[in-house]
Amino acid sequence: MEYVLETRDIVKRFGGLTAVDRVSIGVEAGEVLALLGDNGAGKSTLIKLISGVYRPDEGEILMGGKTVRIESPIDALAAGIETIYQDLALAENLDVGANIFLGRERMKRSLGVLKVLDDPSMALEAQKVLDRLDIHIPSLKSTIKTLSGGQRQAVAISRSIYWDAKVLIMDEPTAALGIAEQRKVLNLVRTLKDQGIAIIIISHQMYDVFEVADRLAVMRRGVKVGERVVKDTSPDEVVGLIVGSETVGKH
Amino acid sequence: MSDDSGGFLATGLGRSLANNWAAFFLLLMLVVFSMTGQNFLSIVNFQNVVHLQTVPLLLAAAETFVIISGGIDLSIGFVMGLVSVSAARLMQAFLASGLPVGWVIVLASGIVLVGSLIPGLINGIIITRFKVPPFIATMGMWGIANGLALKLCQGFPVAGLPDALPEMGNGYFLYALPGQFMSLFGKPSWFPDARVRELWRLIPFSLPFILAILAVLAFALKRKRFGRHTYAIGGSMDAAVRSGIDVDRHVIKIYTLSSFLAGIAGVFNIFQTGIGNYTTFSAMYELFAVAAVIIGGASLSGGKGRVWSSAVGVLVLAFLENGLAISGVQPFYRYIAVGVLLVIAVVIDKLFPNLR
Repeated sequence: MEYVLETRDIVKRFGGLTAVDRVSIGVEAGEVLALLGDNGAGKSTLIKLISGVYRPDEGEILMGGKTVRIESPIDALAAGIETIYQDLALAENLDVGANIFLGRERMKRSLGVLKVLDDPSMALEAQKVLDRLDIHIPSLKSTIKTLSGGQRQAVAISRSIYWDAKVLIMDEPTAALGIAEQRKVLNLVRTLKDQGIAIIIISHQMYDVFEVADRLAVMRRGVKVGERVVKDTSPDEVVGLIVGSETVGKH
Repeated sequence: MSDDSGGFLATGLGRSLANNWAAFFLLLMLVVFSMTGQNFLSIVNFQNVVHLQTVPLLLAAAETFVIISGGIDLSIGFVMGLVSVSAARLMQAFLASGLPVGWVIVLASGIVLVGSLIPGLINGIIITRFKVPPFIATMGMWGIANGLALKLCQGFPVAGLPDALPEMGNGYFLYALPGQFMSLFGKPSWFPDARVRELWRLIPFSLPFILAILAVLAFALKRKRFGRHTYAIGGSMDAAVRSGIDVDRHVIKIYTLSSFLAGIAGVFNIFQTGIGNYTTFSAMYELFAVAAVIIGGASLSGGKGRVWSSAVGVLVLAFLENGLAISGVQPFYRYIAVGVLLVIAVVIDKLFPNLR
């Protein structure tokens, strides 16, 4: 099957440091790819290259087999790549609808002339997408500040898929959550996968990876050191790849 | 702490009280001063206060946008002075060249209003391109604008401007002597200047002027994409950047708007006083504007604030001064009161972070 998103020999340097060194990964539609690695392995930098926060020094990014130029977050969004960062990047002082539509607000004409924000229709659409993902939030009018961690994650996910994401990148989606909310988020990931979205997950939680991922790629010191199909590997082998001793767990 | 921590705050009344405490405080103050000060409760006094607050209202509105975006603009007071002095110098030059008075006023005002975009544009560019903190960048402009203004006027207010300016700036829509006559837009020319205080003068020109500007700004903040993005930038810079908002561009626009509003204040100042005033250090326009915005419920960390609430903040400060003076309280108590109020405002903001 063809990759929806692919990087080919992508490189990013910061001064003398090569944070991402000729990394090639790809993810198919309806597939979950887990991206693993120790702190400083280059996962986050790789994600930021794909989502347009950084520009690659070398290599290329392909969408549906065609090279795309991603030079800013807007380019990535336009290409259908949505990213949910660990800190979620929600505007805490705005409500759910305003966050889902932030930067892409719906407007209507007031009194036939002036274009104004169409908050009612944005709230309605927000409700629809939350329903589609079976997410319950007490009041759409409440600001993000008043929501729980899981609810915030749900809003961030809703925001991404509302815009018909082809590729969804999630950075540590369960890190800050309680057990029950972790479960809900993993269920959400499965729902999204069933809807044909290609998903890349960064996670430290081995449990999450084996729970939802189809494939995994391991990075170490900026280099991709291994790629496995999840059902053909074990947590021990993966840990070995991460810390750099492939022999761990082989006996 | 959240708003369900206190039972009272969960009630509708509690919420609206906490949310609009400045407005309630203003009402309370009006009631108290009405009892303590003779002639405090009068149309003449209220009209005077609001008329004299036109400049502070403009500056507070400017500061509202900046503070919501998470910044601060210290330059507005001196930008206003620079604009006033520049307009006055231009008017002098145009008058000397024999231009008709109407043209002198329109041309000079138009030129300085366009020019007033420049300090804000520079502030915005320095803040976004060179990552200079807004406090420092606008403090730089604070000094530059002040120096330029003093250089232009050589340390003296610029006089010799058309009489039409203060007549328009301090005019009323309606003049009447009860039971005798009534006239619109100006007192009848036969009525002696010395007796003008006997007239009923209602609705200063400045009132619809400032209301219209505040209404436009409040609308832009609440109902337009520009306002939504302003809140988003102040609420979470990362969220704004990652949702594709051109944050740098937006921030430049906000500082430019701020300085433009200071420009309008500068031009209005000429209409009000009839001379080109430089801004004195002791005026502290920018600090009172910040105080008004914070008392109105905005937070210096950004993401919060409303144009009308800032206007309430300005009126709180204004009536505090006016009411204390009319009640015969020594003026320096005003500064103590302003200080106390300011701290109360921030404490309320910290105690109830979920209010907006």
